[in-house]
Amino acid sequence: MPRRNDIHSILIIGSGPIVIGQACEFDYSGTQACRVLKEEGYRVILANSNPATIMTDPDFADRTYIEPLTVEVLAKIIEREKPDAVLPTLGGQTGLNLAMALFEKGLVGVPGTPELIGANAEAISTAEDRDKFKQAMIEIGLSVPRSGVARNMEEAHEVLAEIGLPIIIRPAYILGGRGTGIANTQEEFLKLAANGLDASPIREILIETSIVGWKEYELEVMRDKADNCVIICSIENLDAMGVHTGDSITVAPAQTLSDVEYQKMRDAAFACIRRVGVETGGSNVQFAVNPVNGDQVVIEMNPRVSRSSALASKATGFPIAKIAAKLAVGYTLDEIPNDITKMTPASFEPTIDYVVTKIPRWAFEKLPGTSGVLGTQMQSVGEVMAIGRTFPESLQKALRSLEQGRAGLNADSSEVHMRSMSDEELLQKCAIPTPDRIFQVGEALRRRIDVEKVQAHCLYDHWYLDQMISIIDERLAWESLAAQGTKLSDISRAVWRRAKRLGFSDVQLAFLLGSSEREVRAARKEAGVITTFKTVDTCSAEFDAKTPYHYSTYEDENEVRPSSRPRVIILGSGPNRIGQGIEFDYCCVHASFALRDAGFETVMLNCNPETVSTDYDTSDRLYFEPLTYEDVQNVIEAETLASGGVEPKVIVSLGGQTPLKLASQIDARLIAGTSPNSIDLAEDRERWNALCEELFIPQPPGGTATTFNQARDIAARIGYPVLVRPSYVLGGRAMQIVHDEDHLQRAMKELAREGSLGREGGLSAERPILVDHFLEDATEVDVDAVRDITGEVLIGGVMEHVEEAGVHSGDSACAIPPQTLPDWVVEVIHSYAKALANALEVVGLLNVQFAVSGTTVYVIEANPRASRTVPFVAKATGVPLAKVATRVMLGATLNELRIEGLLTEPITGHVSVKEAVLPFSRFPEVDTALGPEMRSTGEVMGIDATFGLAFVKAESAAGTILPTTGLVFLSLADRDKPAGLVVAQRLRELGLGIAATSGTATYLSRFGVVVDRIVAKVSESTIGSDTAVGLIESGDVAFVVNTPRGAGSRSDGQAIRKAANVHHVSSVTTIEAALAAFQGLIEQKQHPLTVCSLQEFHHVGRQRASQVGST
Amino acid sequence: MSAPNGFTDGHLVLANGEVFEGEVFGALPESGVSAGEVVFNTAITGYQEIITDPSYAGQIITFTQPHIGNYGTVDLDNESVRPFARGVVMRQMARRHSNWRAEDSLLSSLQRWGIPAIGGIDTRRLTRILRDAGAMSGSFGTADPKILLQSAQSEKGTAGVDLVSQVTTQSAYEMGSGKYKVVAYDFGIKSTIVNCLAEIATVRVVPAHTSAEEVLQMKPDGVFLSNGPGDPEMVNTAVQSIKDLLEKGVPIFGICLGHQLLARAIGAKTYKLPFGHHGGNHPVKRLETGTVEITSQNHNFCVDEKSLAQLIDVTHINLNDETNEGMKVRGARAFSVQYHPEAGPGPHDSRYLFNQFANVMDGK
Repeated sequence: MPRRNDIHSILIIGSGPIVIGQACEFDYSGTQACRVLKEEGYRVILANSNPATIMTDPDFADRTYIEPLTVEVLAKIIEREKPDAVLPTLGGQTGLNLAMALFEKGLVGVPGTPELIGANAEAISTAEDRDKFKQAMIEIGLSVPRSGVARNMEEAHEVLAEIGLPIIIRPAYILGGRGTGIANTQEEFLKLAANGLDASPIREILIETSIVGWKEYELEVMRDKADNCVIICSIENLDAMGVHTGDSITVAPAQTLSDVEYQKMRDAAFACIRRVGVETGGSNVQFAVNPVNGDQVVIEMNPRVSRSSALASKATGFPIAKIAAKLAVGYTLDEIPNDITKMTPASFEPTIDYVVTKIPRWAFEKLPGTSGVLGTQMQSVGEVMAIGRTFPESLQKALRSLEQGRAGLNADSSEVHMRSMSDEELLQKCAIPTPDRIFQVGEALRRRIDVEKVQAHCLYDHWYLDQMISIIDERLAWESLAAQGTKLSDISRAVWRRAKRLGFSDVQLAFLLGSSEREVRAARKEAGVITTFKTVDTCSAEFDAKTPYHYSTYEDENEVRPSSRPRVIILGSGPNRIGQGIEFDYCCVHASFALRDAGFETVMLNCNPETVSTDYDTSDRLYFEPLTYEDVQNVIEAETLASGGVEPKVIVSLGGQTPLKLASQIDARLIAGTSPNSIDLAEDRERWNALCEELFIPQPPGGTATTFNQARDIAARIGYPVLVRPSYVLGGRAMQIVHDEDHLQRAMKELAREGSLGREGGLSAERPILVDHFLEDATEVDVDAVRDITGEVLIGGVMEHVEEAGVHSGDSACAIPPQTLPDWVVEVIHSYAKALANALEVVGLLNVQFAVSGTTVYVIEANPRASRTVPFVAKATGVPLAKVATRVMLGATLNELRIEGLLTEPITGHVSVKEAVLPFSRFPEVDTALGPEMRSTGEVMGIDATFGLAFVKAESAAGTILPTTGLVFLSLADRDKPAGLVVAQRLRELGLGIAATSGTATYLSRFGVVVDRIVAKVSESTIGSDTAVGLIESGDVAFVVNTPRGAGSRSDGQAIRKAANVHHVSSVTTIEAALAAFQGLIEQKQHPLTVCSLQEFHHVGRQRASQVGST
Repeated sequence: MSAPNGFTDGHLVLANGEVFEGEVFGALPESGVSAGEVVFNTAITGYQEIITDPSYAGQIITFTQPHIGNYGTVDLDNESVRPFARGVVMRQMARRHSNWRAEDSLLSSLQRWGIPAIGGIDTRRLTRILRDAGAMSGSFGTADPKILLQSAQSEKGTAGVDLVSQVTTQSAYEMGSGKYKVVAYDFGIKSTIVNCLAEIATVRVVPAHTSAEEVLQMKPDGVFLSNGPGDPEMVNTAVQSIKDLLEKGVPIFGICLGHQLLARAIGAKTYKLPFGHHGGNHPVKRLETGTVEITSQNHNFCVDEKSLAQLIDVTHINLNDETNEGMKVRGARAFSVQYHPEAGPGPHDSRYLFNQFANVMDGK
C-alpha cells in the first residue's frame, strides 16, 4: 500500500519541555518524523514549546509553532492551518494526551476535522485507560495482574478489600509513572491512592496486586496497515519489578529467556497491539515474568513511540520513529528499505551481535530532601547507553559513561568509601534500589559474600550476577598481579586482552596496579592490545552494512573504513542531567550539519541514546562511546588510521562541560577553535582577574579559598552576602549565597565533603572554591557571541533575566531583546563582550554573564564554549548561531559566512521569552524556591509582540496556570513589598481576589489596596485554615506568590511553597516573575491569544531587516 | 595466571588459512581436532534447538549472539535424539545459567551429547568471512594451528555428501492421534515439525529411503517431506519416491530440504546461495495475501524458479534477496516452503501452513 495521497498536510504535536519521564528522545523521534514526512512531500506543521529541540528548527517543518502546548493553542493552530491529519504518537505522553483532549472537544478525529493517524482515539483510550486495557487483555487470553479500577477513595477501598496488600497503584494517563507506588500497609495505601487520583488527569487509578521481584521485560513492536507485525528489540531489566523501567538498568537483547518463552512473549505482544488497535507505528509492551514458574503477565502498553523505542532504535540501528512516520502515511513495512543495509526491507526483525546496557542518571544531589530511593515513579533525568560484545564489557562501558567519576564496576578510587561498611550493612544496601546499588552489589561480590545471599537481596537474575562475578574474578587476578609486583611490561598480551574484553578501562587497571592511566595505555598498546571498532548493522553481519555506526571492543577485526576527506570529530554532551541537556545536543547536531554542508566528514561521539546526535543519520560516522579520555583517544586514533595518518580536528566546546573537561587531555593541536589555553584562562581565577583588570572591566570583589579561614578572610574583606562556589562546575552545582560566617562554615564543609563534588567528574574537588561578593538587586544579563580568526565579534543575543542575580541563569526566565536596560548599558555590554572575546582569543562561541547594578556593569564570568541559551538565541533571532560558530572554529570568517548566506541579520520586531521548567511536582519534599543551584530540567519559549504577552505564553508553556478568577495569595519578603503593591494593583485590575499574610496585608492596606482574606503565618497560628498552608490546602487559592529572599521567615515560606506544590497550585517565587505575569495577563485581556509560526516571524523580521538596511 | 574460567586455550582455523584464538570446551575428541563445514546462525534465542537440529549434520555452527548457554537446556526443547553437528563456535559460554525451566547447563549438555565447542572467538569477523566466501571448511581444537589448517583443508564440506542417511531414523515410528493419517519422510526431521503435524494428524515417521510403494501401502491422507542436512542432489532415492507419489495424486507438504526435493522431483534445478539463510528474522512475503511473515531459516541451497516456469505457482518469496521460499505444484495437491514454519526456534508467524496441509488433505 503506497503513500496516501488523500492527505496533504500533517500536524505533529511535539512533547514540549524536557521533564523527568520525557526527555530529548521525543526530539529524536519528532525530528525523524518531520524529516521523513517532508521528504514524502507533505506539508508539515509542528507545534512544540521547546526551543532547544532540533525539530523546531525552521528547516524541519513548513510551519513551526513554538507555542504553549495547550488545547486552546492547538485549536488555534488547527483553525489557522487546517491540517488534513494529526500525528499524535511521536510527541510522547504529552502529544497523546493533547490529541485525546482535542478529540474530546470534537476538534480532531471526527468527520470534518483532521484525521488522527498512527493511533486513533479508540486505540489510545484502550491502551491508556487502565481498566479498558485490562479487560482487552483478558478478552484475548493474556494474563494481567489481579486488579481493579477506582475513581475515588471509596472505590479504592472496595478494590483493596478484594485484592489485599501489598498492592501497586497506577494512575491513568500519566507520564513516567507519576503518582505510581507500592503500598505494603494500610497507611501507605491511603496516601498513595490519594496521590494517584491527584496525579491522573482523569482521576482514575488502577490498583493491582504487587508483583515486586518478578523479572521485567519490554518488547518494541511495529505494525503496518497490512497487519504485518515485527519486534524490533527485546529489553530485559536488571532491576526486578518495583523499579520503574525508566529508572532501571536495562539490557538488550533479553538474555535469560529461552526461545520458547521469548516466542510466547512475542505472540502476546502482537495480540496486544492488534487488540488495542494501533493501526500503524510503534508500541511498547511491558511484561513481568515470575522467575519461579515462568508465569507471564502483561503490565502495560504504550501506543506510541517512547523512551524505550528510542533506546531500541539506537540499540539495533532500526529507526523506529522514522519508520512509524512512514507507516502512518500508508506505507507497509516491506515497501520501506532498511537504511543500514540498503538492500533489504524494513519488514524484518533486527538481530544483534553485541549487548547494549542502559543506565539512568539521577540528580538527587541537586534536590536536597529527596530519599534517593528508586521506585515505581520515574526520577531519573537522563540516561547513557553503552555497546559491548558482552554484558560485562557493555556494563562497564555504561558505568564509565555516566560521568560521575566512576571508571567502571568499581576498581576505581570512588570504591574506597564502601570498604568501611560491614557485610551485613552492604547486603542491606543491596536490597534497596538506589543509584549506587550496582556498585554495592559489585562490592558484595568482591568480598565473596555468598552469591545466593546477594541475589536474595538485590533480586538481580543469577546470570547477570555471574557475569558481574566474571568482572570481579578478573580484578582479583589483577590485584594478585600487583601484589606480586608484576611490572607493566611483563603483563602478557593474553592477560591485557582478557581484561579489556571484560570492559576494564585503563583507569581501572591503573588503579588495580597502582599505576597511571597513561602508563597503562602505553604498556597495553606495546603488548599489542589495541581497540577495534565493530559496526551496528541490524543483522549481525549477515549483510554488508552501509552505515558507519560503530562501537569499540577488543576483538580481531576493525571495521572502520578508510576515507580521505578532512574530518572533524564532534564530542557530544553525554547523559542529560540538570545543567546539561538537550541544548548542547542541539549545538553538536548543528555543528555536524554545518560541517557536512561545508564538505567535511563529520564524526559524532556520544553515549546518550535519547539524542538526535546519536541518530546514525546525523553525522557521516557515529561512534557510540563513553566520553572519557581513553575512549575519545581511541576514536581519534582509529580515525587517524582510517585516513592514512591524517589527524582529525576535534570539537570540544559544543557539548557543555563534558567534552570541555577533556580538552586539556587531548592533543592541543587537534582542538578546533578556541585553544585549551584560553579555556583555562577563563576558568583560572587568578589569570581571569588579571585579564579583567587589564581591560578595566569591573568584577564583583572576591577571591579563592581552599580553607575556611581563607574564605572567612575574603568575606570579611568584601562584605556579606557572598556567593561561594567550586570552580569547573556545571549548572551551579553546590553554589550558595551566604549571609554570615556560620553559614559560610556550613557551606565550606559541604563543599569539602568527600564525594559531593567529586561525582561531577573528580576535577572540581581538587580546585579551589570561589568566594565573591553577591550583588543584591542586580539585573543579570547573558550574552552569546561568536568571534572569528580575524577578530570580528558577532553578538548573537543579549538576554535580560527576569529574576534578579542570585537565581541560577538556567532557572531564570529571560528575554530577547532586553526589556528594562537602557540602550547605553546594552552598548557597554556589547563592548565588554567584544573586549573579552578578543582578549581570550576566542575562535567560536563565547558566553558572558553580566550583572547590572545601578550604573555599573559587572562581569561575572565568561565561558568560551556553547551555552545553554544558544538554541534560544537562534530561534529568537533567526541566526543559526551554532552553525556559524562551528564554521568559524574550522577557519571560516564571519564575512565569508555572510557572503555564503549562512550568516544573516538578526530579525527583530517581536519579544522572545525563555522560561525554565522545574521538576518539583515529582519531588514534593523539595523546596521550590529558586536559588543559585540550577534545578530545572528543561525550558520553553514564548514569542509574541510584547514582553507581557510573550511571558504569559512562556508561563503557560511551562505548565504554570495563571489565574483568571479566584484568590491570589501574596506572601512577600519586606524588600519585595513595593513591587508587591504593583502586583496587588494589577490583581485588582484583573478582578482577582487577594489573600495575604498579616504583614503583607498591613503594608498593602496603607496604600489603599484591600486584602480579601488575611491569614496568619504558619508559625503564628496552629488553627487549620487560618494559616497560609491551611488556606492553600482548602483549595480556595488559585495562585501563590511567595518571595523568600532575605534573612528569616525561610521555613515559613518553605511550608507555603510545599503546600502549593503538593496541591498543584501554581506559584512564582520571585516578585519579578509575578510582575511580568500579571502585566502579561492585563495585556492578554486587550489582545486575545494569537499564534504565529517561526517561519512567519522570520519572514516578517527579515523584510523589516532588509527595509532597515535599504533606508 | 590461568584463565579464570578453567577452559583450555585453542584455535579455530578456516580452510582459507584464517586463524582465530579461543578457548575449547565441551567434548573434544582425543585428537584435539574437530572439523566440519563452518556456518553461522543469527538467531538471538534458541541455541539448544539449533544445536540439536539434524540439518546441521556435518557442520560447525557459529552463533552470532555473543552469549550462549544463558538459560541452560531442557530435554523438551531438543529437536532430535542427539545433535549431529560437528561443533559449536561462540563468543562467550555462560558459566552459570539461569532459568526456571533449565534442567542442565549447556556446557554439561555438550559433554553429554559429545559435541565440542570453542568460545572467545571474534564471531563477527568469522561471520563476515563466511558471509563473503560462503560456508567454508574449518577445524578447531587444542591442536597446533598448522594441524588444524591441514584438517580444515582436507575436510570435504557438505556438497556432494549424503548426510541424510546419517541422520534419518532407522525404523518407522508413530506420533499423535489426529484424524488424518500422515506419513512423514525423515530426512533429518525436527521434533517441532513432528509435534506440529501430530496436532492435526496421526503421523508415521519413516526412514528417508522408504519407497513410494511402501508409503502408499500405509494409505496416507498426505505425505510430509521433512527438512534435513546438506545437498539435495545427494538424496536421489527420495526424489524418485516423490515423483511416484505425485503421480498418484497424494497430498504433499514439504519443508526446507523437503521443498528442494519436491522441486527436484518435478525437474527443478537447485543452486547454492552466495551465503545461505541462517537465522530467525528473514522476511518472507506470502503472495496470496501480500502479508509478510518473519521466518526461521536454515539453508544454503535454493530452488531455481526459472527452471520450473510453467510447472509451479510461486507462493512465497524472500524479501531480502527475492529468492524462492514457497511453491504450489500445478496440477497436483502438493506445496512446500523453503523456510521453517514450525519455528523451534523462531517466530510462529507461519504455523498456518500446517492447517493448510490439513485443508489440502480435505480436498479443499
